Amino acid sequence: MALADRLPAKTRRRLAKTLVAAAATTPAGLLAFRFVTDDLGANPIAELMNRLGYWTLVLLMASLVATPLRLFTGWNWPLAVRRLVGLFAFFYGTLHVLCYLVLDQFFDWAAIWEDIWKRPFITAGAVAYLLLVPLAVTSTNKMVKRLGSKRWKRLHRLSYVAAASGVIHFLWRVKADTFEPLIFGAILTGLLAVRFFAWWRDRIRAAAPG
Amino acid sequence: MKRELLLGKTIPDSAATPEALYWRRRDFLRAGAVAGVGLSFGFPGPARAAAEKDYAKLPNVKTSKYTAREELTPWKDVTGYNNFYEFGTGKDDPARHAHSLKTRPWTIKVEGQVKKPTTLDIDKLLKSLPLEQRVYRLRCVEAWSMVIPWVGFPLAALIRQLEPTGNAKYVAFETLHDPEQMPGQGRGVLDWPYVEGLRMDEAMHPLALMAVGVYGRVLPNQNGAPLRLVVPWKYGFKGIKSIVKIRFLEKQPPTSWNLSAPQEYGFYANVNPDVSHPRWSQARERRIGEFLKRKTLPFNGYDKEVAALYKGLDLRKHF
Repeated sequence: MALADRLPAKTRRRLAKTLVAAAATTPAGLLAFRFVTDDLGANPIAELMNRLGYWTLVLLMASLVATPLRLFTGWNWPLAVRRLVGLFAFFYGTLHVLCYLVLDQFFDWAAIWEDIWKRPFITAGAVAYLLLVPLAVTSTNKMVKRLGSKRWKRLHRLSYVAAASGVIHFLWRVKADTFEPLIFGAILTGLLAVRFFAWWRDRIRAAAPG
Repeated sequence: MKRELLLGKTIPDSAATPEALYWRRRDFLRAGAVAGVGLSFGFPGPARAAAEKDYAKLPNVKTSKYTAREELTPWKDVTGYNNFYEFGTGKDDPARHAHSLKTRPWTIKVEGQVKKPTTLDIDKLLKSLPLEQRVYRLRCVEAWSMVIPWVGFPLAALIRQLEPTGNAKYVAFETLHDPEQMPGQGRGVLDWPYVEGLRMDEAMHPLALMAVGVYGRVLPNQNGAPLRLVVPWKYGFKGIKSIVKIRFLEKQPPTSWNLSAPQEYGFYANVNPDVSHPRWSQARERRIGEFLKRKTLPFNGYDKEVAALYKGLDLRKHF
């Protein structure tokens, strides 16, 4: 965008973050509006949970797009917004889990405990969410300094595992229509494949003389 | 949780899917290696449930003694929240897409162990059997439930008319197979056509109903027009819709969900809170319109009427 190029980098980043935050909040806002105006159909709790889960996965995928984008286009700005996107993924994941605990099960802890251990898709979901917690906690600049960039990077590779666990959670949940979960699976595989090939290429280049 | 609208009655279409967001979503998805598939999978627009007044009232419907004394599920939910994969796998897909189904003319082939195999015309059939209203609980295997005022005739009455032979131990049903009218059949989510079946004694049970209407009116397409089965003590998927074939058999017939996932869906599919689906519990259910979940009842609350059919049967093994 020509306009954006004329702004200083700091302003550009702030603008990008504001736009991303606005975009990322919109689905939640719309869902809240539809929930309150009884526009989520006959089974609003189920619909709300499904939509929140969907957006959690979308934002997780979006957070993993930054590095592949940079590898293909050289753009750096996606990395500037990546943390924000990741935190929004955690936000939607938290809403999804809260919806399950409060609206769906209404604090029936016995049923919830049974679900987590006996229903594999919920186990996968619990794993996915729990993996996001340390990532959210260590998302601040202070934490990056404390851990050191190498350790921080390694820890945040858990995002791949969380995303994969989330896709499996979705795949194991659906009755017969595996289309959407498989699309997410394909996207995730693609994103991870790009990283893998970049890593492999770097190894070959490092090994080859000249 | 009250279901009143807080901010007004309807939401205009302009609020449903802001176009800018729709395209941004596609950008996200294009980030992957998959080509855009052009399907809406994120923001369903408001489902267009059937307008009650658009459906003709059925004449001479008697009330029957089979009337659950519970709050009815509203028409818009009964006709707007459906599992009818022939029109798409979303709950609002049948309401949106079932208009392509032509319910007249409609015939039902009768084959197998019958004295006279024949082809029934739906209108002639409706004239020959008196209609009654039955308010039944419907319990979906997905653990939600409704209370629905069906209009129809007992399956037993139809079967007596058809005169099955002594070899007929089972009744099998088949749905229309026509991907042009039922676009969801273009996807292999289930093997088409949808098939279901009952043991003869289950089919002859007074509770088994052939429904042609709901709320005193002609059945909307998304509910399985023009003729569907309702077996209230079993999970809803036994209620095969848009029936075109009835066969009387000696052996137990295949049933679609059992073919799809035999460890998850059985032939009997009796509602049973003690036997959980492999992936979720069946102990509780969400009654549509209610906030807290309810306890699921054995045989969906019809155990007094039907438990005798299953005396001695291991309901855990024969789920």
